[in-house]
Amino acid sequence: MSDLSEFYRELILDHNKNPRNRRRLEHADHTAEGFNPLCGDHVTVFVNVEDNVVKEVTFEGTGCAISTASASLMTEILKGKTLDEVKPIFDAFHEMVAGESSAATKPPSLGKLEVFSGVRQYPARVKCATLVWHTLNAALTRQKEIVSTE
Amino acid sequence: MNTIVSMQNTSDQRTDGVRLDVDRIRQDFPILHQQVNGKPLIYLDNAATKQKPRVVIDAVCRYYEKDNANIHRGVHQLSVRATDAFENARRSVQRLLNAARPEEIIFVRSATEAINLVASSFGRSNVGAGDEIVISTMEHHSNIVPWQLLCEQTGARLRVVPINDDGEFMFDEYEALLSPRTKMVAVVHISNALGTVNPIRRIIDSAHRRNIPVLVDGAQAASHLKVDVRELDCDFYALSGHKLYGPTGIGALYGKFDLLNHMPPYQGGGDMILKVSFEKTTYNELPFRFEAGTPNIAGAIGLGAAIEYVQRIGFNDIAAYEAELLDYATKALKAIPEVRLIGTAKEKASVLSFVVEGIHPHDVGTVLDQEGIAVRTGHHCAQPVMKRFGVPAMARASLAFYNTKAEIDELAAGIRKVVEVFA
Repeated sequence: MSDLSEFYRELILDHNKNPRNRRRLEHADHTAEGFNPLCGDHVTVFVNVEDNVVKEVTFEGTGCAISTASASLMTEILKGKTLDEVKPIFDAFHEMVAGESSAATKPPSLGKLEVFSGVRQYPARVKCATLVWHTLNAALTRQKEIVSTE
Repeated sequence: MNTIVSMQNTSDQRTDGVRLDVDRIRQDFPILHQQVNGKPLIYLDNAATKQKPRVVIDAVCRYYEKDNANIHRGVHQLSVRATDAFENARRSVQRLLNAARPEEIIFVRSATEAINLVASSFGRSNVGAGDEIVISTMEHHSNIVPWQLLCEQTGARLRVVPINDDGEFMFDEYEALLSPRTKMVAVVHISNALGTVNPIRRIIDSAHRRNIPVLVDGAQAASHLKVDVRELDCDFYALSGHKLYGPTGIGALYGKFDLLNHMPPYQGGGDMILKVSFEKTTYNELPFRFEAGTPNIAGAIGLGAAIEYVQRIGFNDIAAYEAELLDYATKALKAIPEVRLIGTAKEKASVLSFVVEGIHPHDVGTVLDQEGIAVRTGHHCAQPVMKRFGVPAMARASLAFYNTKAEIDELAAGIRKVVEVFA
């Protein structure tokens, strides 16, 4: 049970129950859809960028507690960040949940996102945490196709 | 009142009639005796694959240790032994299905390949533009996609029989779909996602009255009930080895001799030919014409051992015990208010798909895994079923004859824990 509470941390359960910024953003500058065919998770990310700064970022979709909380926390963290800051956060997040290095290096910039550090112990669930980030990446780079985890 | 009492008596008698010694059976399965996440393993993912009894593991080992050689070639002793063992396995499958002749059993990789073989070989020579293939909403992707490929290649059309809210095949709608354009009916015997046991005999009779051949996807069914292809009068029956307590990578296709004998080859290569020159190749006779290349010899031998093992236990006792487990598990899950069972057919095998209100199946699966309980979560390779019931995914506990009521109690306790964690 101690393992489980390391995975489903209080903050994750809270964001799963009450997701922040889960709404459609009309007239978004950037949008992309992400899909995990293995579990049926489906997420759409909406972003408004002004002067190179993420003004608004929201999401819609259904998924498990990890994917919902990941999307919710991502929107919280990224609002107000410059586009140049987004990529290093994504990279550090990806390294934390799926990275090769055995040392659990956690750059301080991850802040609240560190609640997902337990995910790396559950390889089957890594994609749940990263789907929304890949989708955001696609939205910002304006890839037209639907992002898939497979 | 009297009626109720007498019904209870009947059901009690049936329960008493179950003669399975489950404790002893569990000793036959080495993998069951381990801890997962510090808890005794409770394996409830039997619709995905069954665990293997010691006799199957031993048969595969013995083959590689003593008899390994290529088959149908060479006069040396090992090749003769390997060939005999492989052909004996074919006869085991023949007896299991009560097929008329061993030539009607084609070894393939999987039930999926069996269906692909028919869609490709029978389909290419019998289906054309404007023709129709009838399947059902509850099909596994493996009984959807091969027919879609055929439709794309030929211009034929896929027609889909709906299912009702209990997950049952809608027979009247099925009959309404049958027409002179229908060239094949392909339906699942037991649904992997819903557990529904289809009225396969009636489905076949109805198609045959219109001279339409029927393929039955028996991937799930063959481990739960006695299949008699001659009594069913099905034209093709697809069988999975690993879902029948055998190794992965082996399956079988049953086909009526006269149908198979008129079908063009599926794959070309060694073993499927009689004579090859660059001008012309003469194809081999049945069943070898459909078995190009060196087959999964060890897999077939392992499957033969699995069939003998299951037959020793006996399908009457297996069916009775699994029905008892299903009944117990259904009651246990229904007692949890947050659980919604999906697939409530009157005729059902020991498969329980469910969703826990407000909680994603993946989270259900992860919490149960922490308790050592293996269940399947996801779309179960049956996305149209998910759509029909309006869920993105389901959790599924599927039971085999080595499972126990105590394990089901643990499952129910695990689900209550899930509800607690996400409350």
